Amino acid sequence: MIKINNISKSFADKVILSGISGEFDKGKTNLIIGASGTGKSVLLKCIVGLLHPDTGNVYYDLRNFTEADKDIRSEVRREIGMLFQGGALFDSKNVEENVKFPLDILTQMHPDEKIERANFCLKRVGLEGANKKMPSEISGGMKKRVGIARAIVNNPNYLFCDEPNSGLDPQTSILIDELIMEITHEFDITTVVVTHDMNSVMGIGEKIMFLYKGNKLWDGSNHEIMDSGVQELDEFVFTNKVMKNLKNK
Amino acid sequence: MKGFGKYVIFMGSLFVRRETFMTYYHLTLEECIQIGIKSIFLFMLVSTFMGAVTTIQTAANLVSPFVPRFVISQVVREMTILELAPTIMAVIYAGKVGSSMAGGIGTMRITEQIDALEVMGINSSSYLVLPKIVASLMMYPLLVIVAAVCAIMGGYLVGSLTGTLTPTEYVYGIRYAFNEYFITFALIKSFVFAFLISSISSFKGYYTQGGALEVGIASTNAVTTSIIAVLLADYFLAYLLL
Repeated sequence: MIKINNISKSFADKVILSGISGEFDKGKTNLIIGASGTGKSVLLKCIVGLLHPDTGNVYYDLRNFTEADKDIRSEVRREIGMLFQGGALFDSKNVEENVKFPLDILTQMHPDEKIERANFCLKRVGLEGANKKMPSEISGGMKKRVGIARAIVNNPNYLFCDEPNSGLDPQTSILIDELIMEITHEFDITTVVVTHDMNSVMGIGEKIMFLYKGNKLWDGSNHEIMDSGVQELDEFVFTNKVMKNLKNK
Repeated sequence: MKGFGKYVIFMGSLFVRRETFMTYYHLTLEECIQIGIKSIFLFMLVSTFMGAVTTIQTAANLVSPFVPRFVISQVVREMTILELAPTIMAVIYAGKVGSSMAGGIGTMRITEQIDALEVMGINSSSYLVLPKIVASLMMYPLLVIVAAVCAIMGGYLVGSLTGTLTPTEYVYGIRYAFNEYFITFALIKSFVFAFLISSISSFKGYYTQGGALEVGIASTNAVTTSIIAVLLADYFLAYLLL
């Protein structure tokens, strides 16, 4: 479980996040949703430690990550897997090298074991046989899958996904969402997904946090989102006429 | 001053939370190939022509019958060792290797590859930049030596083929009143320039923000700043060590 307490972050005079608190449950896909520019990615970066929050703390299973010394931070980071918006694959490495990279750096495993583990993860995301392809030779959806394989290769306790559906067609988006949800349940990890894709929200949102202009306005599940009673959330969810009509019915 | 302070802090960050020795060993070897082996042809080509042109131009200026012809090759030697090989090659090195470093690291920054390293608990600056600096310190002095030899050979070829001076005169001039310290001085300069170019270029690339346009700007800034730093260092080294 990950707990965030009173997270605030500003850049110069611009307040991006103000006093966000909440919990992300183990074994669930936890979503952070909101319109563009509401601070979702900044919150995610504060949680994983890429940005330091101005106030507040992040707890990974009761370990205070924000105030921790470098050893604890390093220990926590080794338990984190992250899928970036564009995949963030290393251009100079092929698919297999990308996937086993965390093992090369963070473990003392035998080279054969590393390849075996990388192959297992590639198979798990449906990319067996793509080992020797370079990132420039694969599609956006495949890059996301390789990113997921790399994120889970070191058996993480926490999985973070930043806009996993961006730039993908609806069908591939659903496949990626399902994959994230399956992996979360299969490995019993705490998954946090940042998204503004409503298909994801309705499909995998077991626990949802809604951000609006840097504030948390609502949290709940995908079953409760239709009847949240929060006007800003309704405006976010029911953006087009079809959805509005559906709501009115 | 703010930028300089940021640069100093950046350099300090290279030496904390390091990876294993073997990781750096492999990365440094890869960088040596990228920086050294893949630059050697350009260096040989430029320096050979530089030596050839220097010989012709020096010969054109030394028209007095009281000046012996071997002075031409002596001038070529001093110019090559003291300035052309370490300094002019540094400008070429900044253009080829420095811009490539800044562009490569900058692209990694904007495509979140550096963030990916950080999330894994890797000190991205140390992992990416330290091998580049070490490889530069190893390869650039070697490239300078190759460039100096090629420049002198270029002068020899042109001098002999055009009849500007005989091979014997050329070799005599090359050996005449040779000061070995100039070689030491050239190598000291090459180490300093290698460090300045690789560290400044990496620094510019590492703090790139934005998109493809900003990566281009970072590359250009890296080359410009590196060259200015090289020229300033060249002056101070000459002032202090000669």
